[in-house]
Amino acid sequence: MSTMPVISARNLDLVFQTGDGSVQALSDITLDIEKGEFVSLIGPSGCGKTTLLRVIADLEKPTAGSITVNGTTPENARLDGAYGYVFQQAALFPWRTIADNVALPLEIMGLGAEEKASRIKRNLDLVNLTGFEKKFPWQLSGGMQQRASIARALAVEPDMLLMDEPFGALDEIVRDHLNEELLKLWATTKKTVVFVTHSIPEAVYLSTRIVVMSPRPGRIHEIIDCDLGDDRPLDIRETPEFLRIAHQVRDGLREGHSDEA
Amino acid sequence: MIAFRPNWQAIAAFLAGLASLVALPFTATMETGASLLVTVIVVGASVLSMLKLRPAVEAVILAVASHGAAWLLIGGLEDAFGTATFGYFASLAAAWLLAWRLVTVLSEMKLTSVTAQRTVSLIVPAIFGIWILILWEALTRGGGVPFVLLPPPSSIGARIVTSTNILAADFVQTVLKAVFIGYLIGTLSGFVVAVLADRFRFLAAGLLPIGNMVAALPMIGIAPIMVIWFGFDWHSKAAVVVVMTFFPMLVNTLAGLAATGHMERDLMRTYGASHWQVLGKLRLPVAMPFIFNALKINSTLALIGAIVAEFFGTPVVGMGFRISTEVGRMNLDMVWAEIALAAVVGSLFYGLLALAERIVTFWHPSYR
Ligand SMILES: Nc1ncnc2c1ncn2[C@@H]1O[C@H](COP(=O)(O)OP(=O)(O)O)[C@@H](O)[C@H]1O
Ligand SMILES: [Mg+2]
Repeated sequence: MSTMPVISARNLDLVFQTGDGSVQALSDITLDIEKGEFVSLIGPSGCGKTTLLRVIADLEKPTAGSITVNGTTPENARLDGAYGYVFQQAALFPWRTIADNVALPLEIMGLGAEEKASRIKRNLDLVNLTGFEKKFPWQLSGGMQQRASIARALAVEPDMLLMDEPFGALDEIVRDHLNEELLKLWATTKKTVVFVTHSIPEAVYLSTRIVVMSPRPGRIHEIIDCDLGDDRPLDIRETPEFLRIAHQVRDGLREGHSDEA
Repeated sequence: MIAFRPNWQAIAAFLAGLASLVALPFTATMETGASLLVTVIVVGASVLSMLKLRPAVEAVILAVASHGAAWLLIGGLEDAFGTATFGYFASLAAAWLLAWRLVTVLSEMKLTSVTAQRTVSLIVPAIFGIWILILWEALTRGGGVPFVLLPPPSSIGARIVTSTNILAADFVQTVLKAVFIGYLIGTLSGFVVAVLADRFRFLAAGLLPIGNMVAALPMIGIAPIMVIWFGFDWHSKAAVVVVMTFFPMLVNTLAGLAATGHMERDLMRTYGASHWQVLGKLRLPVAMPFIFNALKINSTLALIGAIVAEFFGTPVVGMGFRISTEVGRMNLDMVWAEIALAAVVGSLFYGLLALAERIVTFWHPSYR
């Protein structure tokens, strides 16, 4: 059983019916993700990265094809609390303090007060938000809000993290720091991570595999292996190996774009 | 060298003050000396207001002068119903202009401390209210306005003092029984039905059209029917209030429950939260501004509903009953006393709800 992929998608199609016709957001997606992998989805806007992540999370139903998560349906996996999802925006509740926002999923899980308090503390610490527990989201900068939302997803302590451009709105320095933290977390806990990004360096730095997608219809153009080893200081980004993979991703993105013409 | 800084209110007050000199004394019973004193006060204060004084000093001078003059002018109406001259109204206008200038000075003052700002934000509307009463009193008594048309506030005040027992009984009957009980039942059941209709959509589909129909029914049609169904006492008035408050609450709560963003709902979905968890932790907090909107609308509707419903048959007590019978007896001061009571009750009710709203929805962009 241990060799079974955590996520296994077979020939997924997803067509959105809209007022002015239909949009094929996903076309013939076949992808296996093993336990402990860090997989990035990269591609131009509208190529279906968010939609694919949402299908995995059971927030969207495919119109054709099949998918299992943890060997069961995405719905069962969701109800089992199989994953933590980080949205593109922080989506914090303005009437809750930062600590209470992190507590939200823990309340739904029905955890005891002590366990809740220790998870809140640990995860706010991890995203460098200690001292902001009693603030309300609107009293914090956008970057801090996004970090709070990451702490909220981590507090569930899921085996899998689904992250949709979580650092897209942050500045370079914060982004670097959180990339490092995320990598450390992944290396120590061996969580499975599916990570949507626009940034080639971010994808290469973080991932074990990079899924390059192309638009209209959204499909997988190429899957690039990217193993830079477990120990990756930030300056690995200047090594030839790193640059070689980055080139490969860039070429893949370019080809994906020219497919359309 | 004294710096000069004219402002239009002071100039106009100065001219009006001088003009008042053509018709001394101001009323049949006011002595010429007292009349002259009023003129001196308003003319003097308007001159001082044109000097470059510190705002706080100018405000004190204006406050004392305008209200002192008004006090003398009101005092001059003793036994002088309808005898006010042109000079009387000219000096009243001058005092009023000085009060206007006072409000301008107060609102332009650069205040650093929060308590000072709060105080000014209370003083300004208070000056406004006081001057409505002053002008009302002076115009009705000085100008000899017939009592049935508009009694002066002093007679209404006197009536309130001598009729506290009646007013208290009417308050208990109309407000504490019909309004509050009807309001509680109407808004609570509107809320509960909205939550159920949100859970079971067919309920909403069936209820909303009926709700729109009932909301369009004229109250004067409902009230007599409720009297037939529930009797003459407060129960039938409470029933009218229930009918009037139920649907605004239902409609607003449903709108509020639909106001949650997609991302927040998706977030709760990823946690596998149940319907009631999503409701309690996300959708009801989001709906709170809508719910308070309904609570505030209903506070006004309930008071109007209960008072007007009493026009259609009631035991011999209640605010609506009193208004309709005292109008017939030409006791307009009693009618106005009831109106004043209704205004105070309505404002307090609304104000308390607005305060609660601020506390509950402190996070809403319009408050934080
Ligand atoms: N709920 C929806 N209804 C209709 N069309 C949608 C919906 N969500 C996404 N789409 C369309 O599907 C395509 C893929 O969207 P998305 O997955 O958000 O792309 P990406 O995240 O890669 O930018 C786009 O063309 C988008 O307009
Ligand atoms: Mg996207």
